[in-house]
Amino acid sequence: MASIDIQSIRKSFGAFPVLHGVDLTIQDGEFIVLVGPSGCGKSTLLRMIAGLERISGGDLLIGGQRMNDVPPAQRGIAMVFQSYALYPHMTVRQNMEFALQIARMPKAEIDKAVENAARILQLTPYLDRLPKALSGGQRQRVAIGRAIVRDPKVFLFDEPLSNLDAALRVATRIEIAQLKEAMPDRTMIYVTHDQVEAMTLASRIVVLARKGIAQVGTPLELYERPVDEFVAQFIGSPAMNLLAGEIIATGAETVVRLDGGGTARSAVPTQTSDMGRKVNIGVRPEDLLAVSGDGLFSGEVQIVEALGEVTQLYVARPGGGAHIIAKLPGIHPDLRHKTVTFGADPAKVHLFADGRSLLYR
Amino acid sequence: MKSKPVLTILHRLAILAYVVFALFPLFWLLKVSVTPNDLLYSEGVRMWPSRTSFDHYAFVIAHSAFPTFFKNSLIVAGSTAVTVTILASLAGYALSRFNFKAKYWIVALMLITQMFPLVMLVAPIFKMLSPLGLTNSLTGLVIVYTAFNVPFATFLMQSFFDGIPKDLEEAAMIDGATQFVAFRQIILPLTLPGIAATLGFVFTAAWSELLFALMLISGNDSSTFPVGLLTFVSKFSVDFGQMMAAGVLALIPACLFFLLIQRYLVQGLTAGAVKG
Amino acid sequence: MTLAAHSHAAKPLRKRIADASEPYLYSAPALILIIGVMLVPLVLGISYAFRDIQLLNPFSGGFIGLDHFRALGQDQAFFRALRNTLWWTGASVFLQFIFGLILALLLDKPFAGRGLVQALVFLPWAVPSFLAGLNWAWLFNPVIGPLPHWLHALGLLDAPNNILSDPQLAMWGPIAANVWWGIPFFAITLLAALQAIPRDLYEAASIDGAGPVQRFLSITLPFLAPTIAITILLRTVWISNFADLIVVMTNGGPADRTQIVASYIFTQAFKRLDFGYASAIALVLLVLLLVYSLLIVLLRQTMLNKG
Repeated sequence: MASIDIQSIRKSFGAFPVLHGVDLTIQDGEFIVLVGPSGCGKSTLLRMIAGLERISGGDLLIGGQRMNDVPPAQRGIAMVFQSYALYPHMTVRQNMEFALQIARMPKAEIDKAVENAARILQLTPYLDRLPKALSGGQRQRVAIGRAIVRDPKVFLFDEPLSNLDAALRVATRIEIAQLKEAMPDRTMIYVTHDQVEAMTLASRIVVLARKGIAQVGTPLELYERPVDEFVAQFIGSPAMNLLAGEIIATGAETVVRLDGGGTARSAVPTQTSDMGRKVNIGVRPEDLLAVSGDGLFSGEVQIVEALGEVTQLYVARPGGGAHIIAKLPGIHPDLRHKTVTFGADPAKVHLFADGRSLLYR
Repeated sequence: MKSKPVLTILHRLAILAYVVFALFPLFWLLKVSVTPNDLLYSEGVRMWPSRTSFDHYAFVIAHSAFPTFFKNSLIVAGSTAVTVTILASLAGYALSRFNFKAKYWIVALMLITQMFPLVMLVAPIFKMLSPLGLTNSLTGLVIVYTAFNVPFATFLMQSFFDGIPKDLEEAAMIDGATQFVAFRQIILPLTLPGIAATLGFVFTAAWSELLFALMLISGNDSSTFPVGLLTFVSKFSVDFGQMMAAGVLALIPACLFFLLIQRYLVQGLTAGAVKG
Repeated sequence: MTLAAHSHAAKPLRKRIADASEPYLYSAPALILIIGVMLVPLVLGISYAFRDIQLLNPFSGGFIGLDHFRALGQDQAFFRALRNTLWWTGASVFLQFIFGLILALLLDKPFAGRGLVQALVFLPWAVPSFLAGLNWAWLFNPVIGPLPHWLHALGLLDAPNNILSDPQLAMWGPIAANVWWGIPFFAITLLAALQAIPRDLYEAASIDGAGPVQRFLSITLPFLAPTIAITILLRTVWISNFADLIVVMTNGGPADRTQIVASYIFTQAFKRLDFGYASAIALVLLVLLLVYSLLIVLLRQTMLNKG
């Protein structure tokens, strides 16, 4: 039983509020990823679940039991730190044994648990080394191993890959995914600012912003149906383009006249009362298409980034402002300094009024 | 860059000059201490006597009050070092790990105490300790030395605690360690170099202190080594061999502790685990 | 392993008070001692400066206002001690700094056996100050020490006499001992600062065509300047107060030629047992040192503002 209930949890440091009131229910066996800009309180939330940070208000339930004042070791959790937090004076084996020895587990069982974890993480040859004699990736695996041996119900990861280089990060990410696969009944909560980690690992993503939860959903839900402009621009890279305009036709399909001149059709339904409303349309760079004839807008391609499988175009925004980014499949070396007209499938055009998506109301 | 051989030779010569300058006075101390009395004057400026003897050491150990001085100094310096290290560890831990209102004032107070002239405290401390029966007592000296050394030792310990990432304590908490277990098994082993350095520092300082020992102690029974040696010097200023033998003996503990600190001056134990 | 959560009876308020008082509990013993043995005596010491305190005179203790300071104004010995302090402090700090800086620069270059050399040249720092004083006093003693003979051979002395008993030269004795003893302090501090200078700066400078002298002037010195300033400030204050070597080597003599203010205070308190007068002198010294520190800080501030 490792469902986690977070009931209007608040946190403030002195008079300074960090989290206003978070409600979240995590099911047994879920892989939850907490994302958000720095300072949004994602690490604080994780540390409150771990018991490293006092909960200023609200309740935390793990497996149905209130845990607000239970010491970390008795919450049934294990945590992997960003800095690994390996005990530098202990060997790999001693690092992994530490918790079990404190729990007074019989020696034979400790050895079995440690050797098992070492085998899973390919650490067997390094068991008698000190952390300083290991590479960054190996240290991270020891940190994960230290969590595994305790066989906790809940794993907490605090940006575990951010100190690794790009190649190791991918490899370790896959290892974590396999680890989850091997332990389907264990709940994992993972904090990161890396969207790729969030999209690939999570069963559900929690986007935190402005001291609370902005949206909770599966990775594709967040991608396809973002609740507001913040989530829309936070998930996906490069970020979703926003263009200002005014609704000129409502119904099952909405028509928006854009400030830059073009018109946009969106599959988001609107009501008659929305007529004339100021909105932003949102289109992801990968959803923009080069069209002939009428489109959303036309602009000069100022920068071309050829990435091989795709080409990213930085297009001058009609009326000025930040570039509009389009991502076209394939290679398009000839588009530089050309004026191109872009369009989009109405099903891929989002509508936001006052920052909120018109899909949800 | 190519290093020119002339420059390299000059560099080595300069280093050699410094080593000779640093060691010569200590060498001379040793030399005179093993020179038999009958050769002392005839071979005054020779680099090494034609015959050596340990008579001076034997005399100092067997027939003078120096064993008592040595014992007193050992007690005073040892007790001071242990007490200071305990107090400074506690205070240093508080300064390193907690954010509290009075922190700024505590740091300021400790910094100021490093500024004011200790000679100014001689008279008031004597007046204060006298009615308590703490003058002419080793306990009184330990109390005074402890207070003098605590501020610097606290800063020293604080910097060592600062070097231990807070994550390690949190990891230990999650592993189920109580505060005591975390302190004993995680913090203490990692702070050991710091504790050794602090012990060494304070021991050397207390072992060397002269003015307050002169002021607060009268009488051989509770004299410390510096006072004893100075009294000896002013009374029998011709027994150079014996004085220097006593000097060499006084040097031994200080040098031992210096070697201990030297080993821990630069300490990279945690760096390996924290940096990627 | 059991991970069952024991439901702890939560006492948030009591726990919070305990948490808040924790740092105070940890620092209390150190603080009490510092206040009791340093701060209270300091305040008492300041008050003594305005009272008649003589240890062996049971009728002393009365408030006498500024009498001590008036006496001090007439005290030729005090003014001589003040001049000697300037000389003693200035020469000691200057020589310690120069030789310490050179040593730090020499040690900053890697060479075989650097660790051993470092331990050896820093050894004087571990020698107890009273022993350093005695050791140098013996070295200057023509009966058993080589220095007078060497100085005579070099033509620096007319005869192999003890310079510690020569009023003209006596001060050089304690200064020599102090320099020997204090070089390691400067060298250690400056070496640490030197090693914190990013190496690629030197590489960039040599690519830009800077010679060794230019590199030293344009990179090393500016980087060391803050450390040099603070170390010299602290050392100056400390050495002005440092009486051990003088008390051991010359006891202020001959003819008060090596008497500095710190040793003069000690003489007044220890030999004459006139604590009131000793405290008055100490107070003057404290004020002078505070003024000096303040001036240095102000000077630094104006230089920073200009630069």
